[in-house]
Amino acid sequence: MIAILDYGSGNIRSAQRAIERLGVSTEVTSEYEVALNAAGLLVPGVGAFGSCIRQLLQINGDLILKERLKLNRPTLGVCVGMQILFESSAESDEAGLALVAGKVKKLSAKILPHIGWNEVHVEKEMNLMRGLNNQRFYFVHSYAATTAPDEFLQAKSNYGEEFVAAIQSGSLSAVQFHPEKSGDAGMQLLKNWVSAL
Amino acid sequence: MTLATRIIPCLDVSNGRVVKGINFVNLKDAGDPVEMAAIYAAEGADEITFLDISASVEGRSTTLEIVRRTAEQIFIPLTVGGGITSVADVDNLLRAGADKISINTAAIRNPQLISEIVERFGTQVLVLSVDARRARTKSGFEVTTHGGRDSAGLDAFEWIEMASARGVGEILLNSMDRDGTRSGYDLEMIRSVRKICSVPLIASGGAGDLGDFQGALAEGADALLAASVFHFGIYRIGDVKRALSKAGYVVREPFSISEN
Repeated sequence: MIAILDYGSGNIRSAQRAIERLGVSTEVTSEYEVALNAAGLLVPGVGAFGSCIRQLLQINGDLILKERLKLNRPTLGVCVGMQILFESSAESDEAGLALVAGKVKKLSAKILPHIGWNEVHVEKEMNLMRGLNNQRFYFVHSYAATTAPDEFLQAKSNYGEEFVAAIQSGSLSAVQFHPEKSGDAGMQLLKNWVSAL
Repeated sequence: MTLATRIIPCLDVSNGRVVKGINFVNLKDAGDPVEMAAIYAAEGADEITFLDISASVEGRSTTLEIVRRTAEQIFIPLTVGGGITSVADVDNLLRAGADKISINTAAIRNPQLISEIVERFGTQVLVLSVDARRARTKSGFEVTTHGGRDSAGLDAFEWIEMASARGVGEILLNSMDRDGTRSGYDLEMIRSVRKICSVPLIASGGAGDLGDFQGALAEGADALLAASVFHFGIYRIGDVKRALSKAGYVVREPFSISEN
């Protein structure tokens, strides 16, 4: 079972439907035990970094994520659900979870938000992006991490400047784009993630 | 720049059916919205927009159901507009499966609504829909409401600047003079609005032949919305993408899931 963490952020139903389409059962939950024990945990995130963090803390989402990481249980952060894994964001004074070293900054492109289908380039082969190098995914954001620590396998995209589009290290994965809104390429990514659980 | 130009079919939905007319009159039935959305998605549409033009409460709840059914089966972004007057309306649509919502009349009546939506859901969720037509105002364009029937008494460019200051994620710029005419986008309007807005700009109204699409891009549009040309089978999404690609614009190519 894949748990989708419900902390009041985002259109969680799309992520749920996308995973169910792969024939995998899901549960939308904000319960500590359910989220901790699920085979995979998807952490969505839409809106502002600060409000996402605040809502996440309300359901002890920080503890869930840290504990899962310790137990080596797969977790996938999506969009702001990726950004909150970092130490901080230029969007907000709230601290991030610091599960990934580095900062989230505002993109320097002239036209923001970055909305649309952009190419993602895999730097070092990773399961999450298997068969997906140079494919396009749907992005909608103004902030992103431009670097991630070396222990993470990474995929990059470019909008005004290069930024981190996907990371994976051990059980922790995250993507800046929306796989659940990225048509068949997004479905392939979710399939890659789910099939490795 | 590697971001692909988005091609967005727009489905005007009235009481559960897709309709299309010229300048919003003489509406013709164009089909079932859920089926059409699925076909466009399969053909490579980069996003789908539903505009609810139902006048009745029953029509609106039918549209909510259509959004729900569409979101069950298509996995590309879905924008819904028309008749949204409150944060609660936005919430209902997002819960039904919309990714973005577009507002027009309600924002003109109550600009504070823009701030309220953005504060609750983020700027990325909000598309400001501007139905503009040529008029003797400062910029030469005025804003209309109710599908172009009424003048809002506002200069289009002043309105865009005022609304943008409250934070909108995108601007959907619809030429009411060109809507449904297939006589080409209003290029002058696109060029001028591009200069005053720093969010993605979606060109709408008038797409008729393949050259029109690249014309709008050359003036700075980031995405292209069209209805009639797609609904009445004049072009398919792939035709537009091939023509743009040939002209040197970046488009998204189809991708297929592997079997193993």
